[in-house]
Order: sequence, then structure tokens, then C-alpha cells
Amino acid sequence: MARKAETGVVVAVTRRWRRRIAAVLCLAPLLTNGAILPEDRADALYHSYNGGGVEVTGPSILVRKGDAKRFSVNANYYTDSISSASIDVVTQGSEYTESRKQYSLGVDYLHADTIMSLSYTNSDESDYKADTYSASISQTMFGNMTTVTLGFSRGMDDVLRNRDPNFSENADHRDYQLSLSQVLSKDLLMSINYDAITDQGFLHNPYRSVVFLDPSKPSGIGFEPEIYPRTRTSNAVSANFLYYLPYRATVKLSYRYYTDDWGIDAHTAELAYVHPIGSRWILEAGYRYYTQSDADFYADFFPRAGAQNFEARDKELSKYNDQTASVGVSYELLGKKRGFIDKATLNLKYSRILFRYDNFTDLTDPDLPDYEFTADVFQAFASIWY
Amino acid sequence: MHRILSTSVILVLLAGCSRIHPWVKPYERTHLADPIMSFSRDPVSSAYQGHVYQVREGARGAEGGDGGGCGCN
Repeated sequence: MARKAETGVVVAVTRRWRRRIAAVLCLAPLLTNGAILPEDRADALYHSYNGGGVEVTGPSILVRKGDAKRFSVNANYYTDSISSASIDVVTQGSEYTESRKQYSLGVDYLHADTIMSLSYTNSDESDYKADTYSASISQTMFGNMTTVTLGFSRGMDDVLRNRDPNFSENADHRDYQLSLSQVLSKDLLMSINYDAITDQGFLHNPYRSVVFLDPSKPSGIGFEPEIYPRTRTSNAVSANFLYYLPYRATVKLSYRYYTDDWGIDAHTAELAYVHPIGSRWILEAGYRYYTQSDADFYADFFPRAGAQNFEARDKELSKYNDQTASVGVSYELLGKKRGFIDKATLNLKYSRILFRYDNFTDLTDPDLPDYEFTADVFQAFASIWY
Repeated sequence: MHRILSTSVILVLLAGCSRIHPWVKPYERTHLADPIMSFSRDPVSSAYQGHVYQVREGARGAEGGDGGGCGCN
């Protein structure tokens, strides 16, 4: 009897080890190679944003293909079709429609435990052209438990003004990035990111005006163009934790602190939960909270015309907070390899964002309350791996 | 006091010479290799969601992502 029990224990232990060894063998490419290139996949996404009188829709196509050894190339085509009757447009201009097209091309090169990446992005709309060049190097070390990435990107923008051929300005952006990804335990990952960003040139919207008190007008208010500083230096640091729960689900916790020399301090906190059901469904839900202080040169109403050297009434520079609640579902279509397709998924995501401004008055309402609005954000996309 | 301090500093510095051993063995990384164990499972989706926030918030950076225009003029 004792021998039978002993044999049972040995069999159970052997089975447990057999399963572990099988898992390790299946995952060998992921576990033994230090750095690995991203998977070959293609995504076709339709996006829709609707809130605050602004509607933005369009597609995004992302394709990535590698030679399975050293190189991986990715290309992205993205479009925003914009119809805007935002609070700024309603109070200072007239409703407009426009479109923005963005093309990106990137290449990753793997050598031992190092990945070197280069990318180029071009964004084009009727009154704004932007070219961004990026380079980064990523090194995996300490038994594949730590990855350090250094990155730099440079953006060169042309700022134009529709119906004003004489207006032409430039903006220059430099972004220095440092990130650390660390395996903390067999169930816990950590990612720390730091960005130092410098901007120089024409940094504001050429259409927007500030509001000042003007007793000479029947409405009591007057408008004059915004004036921003021509430089801006920002620092942002974030900590992100991803934990694998015992029943195959993950929970993500993120925090970011941001500060810049315009006087804006911001905090972002995010909680996300991912829960697979069976082998084909993945459900997810999340909550995000963002809050910021206002810029030193921001005012809802200036006391008179030309009251300050720098003047802004951009609601994104005011004191406000926003909250996002998100849900998503993903369904795996095939269940097994078909032809050249290893896997295919259909995905839907929905977010509702509530923006609440503390010192930005809604001038369209006779009671002049603080402005607030909600936005609905939809994403529908199909992905294939090959 | 100086002797204790300098000894402590030397001991701390010497600790840096010891080899760091990975405390999560390769056969313990099955959970880490699960596709759901990713900060950005679908890059096309996270890039879009990041863009939604970049355009409408004063803060930026430390979230990954590329540059470009914002379609918000």
C-alpha cells in the first residue's frame, strides 16, 4: 500500500516535470534568446472619436515582416478624417473638415542581445506637415531579465495657416528616451520609462485667440491672438507593472509624472485587466485617470488686451482632469494554422472619456459654467500572424 | 568613524564585482512568455489610443510611440 502511494507520488512528480520540460521546449525561442524581434503580423484598424463637437474617423494599417533571423521591417498608414465644431471653433471660428495622412516606416536589426531600430514618420495635413526620425538601441542582459533601451527622435514641423499663403512657421522637437524593462519575479514585469523632450519654434495654434475683458464691446469681451514661448522643455517618467494572476489573467498598474517649464505638472494613473475565456476569447477592461495644473501664461479671461508677454487660452493648457473607462473583446478566428496564416483575431474596443475643466469657461452657455464634455472612442480591428 | 565608513563603502563597492545570477530560471518563465503578459499586446491599437491622449492632454512622453502631427489645428 505504502509502495503504491510512493509510486503514485513519483508518477505525479514525473508528470509535473514532464509538463515543465515540455513548456520550456515549446517556449525555447522565447526563453533562450536574449533579444527577439517582434512577431510578423498585419493589422487593419478602423477608429472613431466623437466628443466635444469633434468627430475623427479613419483607418490604420500596420504590417510587420521579418526574415526570422536578423531584420524586421514595419510600415504603417494612418488617416484622420476630421469634422470639427469644437468649443474653440464655435466661439472663435466656423466649423471645418480636414484630413491628415500619416506614413511610417521602421526597421529593426537584431544582433546577439541587441536590437537597433530606425524609423521615419511623415504626417501631412493642409496646415501642418511633420517629419519625425527616430533611432533606438536596446540591450538585453542579466540572464534575459533586464532590457535597457536608449532612444532619440527628432521632429521637424512646418506650421501653416489655411487661406493665408504668407504665414509659414517651423517647430523642432527632440525627444531623448531611456527605458528599463525588468523581470521581477516569474509572475511580475516592471517597465520604467523616462523622456526628456525639448521643443523650439512656433508651438501654438495659429487660429486660436485669448479672451480679454473689453468694456467697449456689448458682450464685454474681446479676442486677440495667442502668444506662446518659443521653447518648451518637458520631463516625464513612468512606472508600469504587469502581474500574471494564478488563473491566467493579467492586471496592469501604471503611473506617470510629467512636468515642464511652462508650469504644467501632470499625473496619470491607469489600471487594466485582461481575462482570457477558453482558448479563443480575451476580455479586457481598464480605468485611467489624468490630472494637470495649468500653464503659467494660461488665463480663462485676461484683464485687458496685451496683458502679458505670453498669453494662452488653450483648454489643454488649463487646469483639468479626464477619466477613461474602457472595455475590449478579442476573438481568435481559426484555432489552428491555415495556409500561411498562423493565427487571426477580430477585436473591438470602446472607451468613454469624461473631460472636466476647472478654469475654462463655456462661452456658449449664458450661465458661463466650467466646460466639460464626454468622448466616445471606438476601435475595430482584424489581425493576422504569419 | 572614518574607518567604519570607508570599510562600508569598500564593501558596498565590492558587492558590485559579484556576478548577478538571474533569480527567475528559464523553466520558470512560462507565465512571462504568455501572449497576454505584454504591456502592448496590439501595437496598432495602443498607438491609436496613445494618439487620442497626446492630442487632448498637456502631458506627453514616457509612454512610447512616434511623433507626427496631431490633426488638431
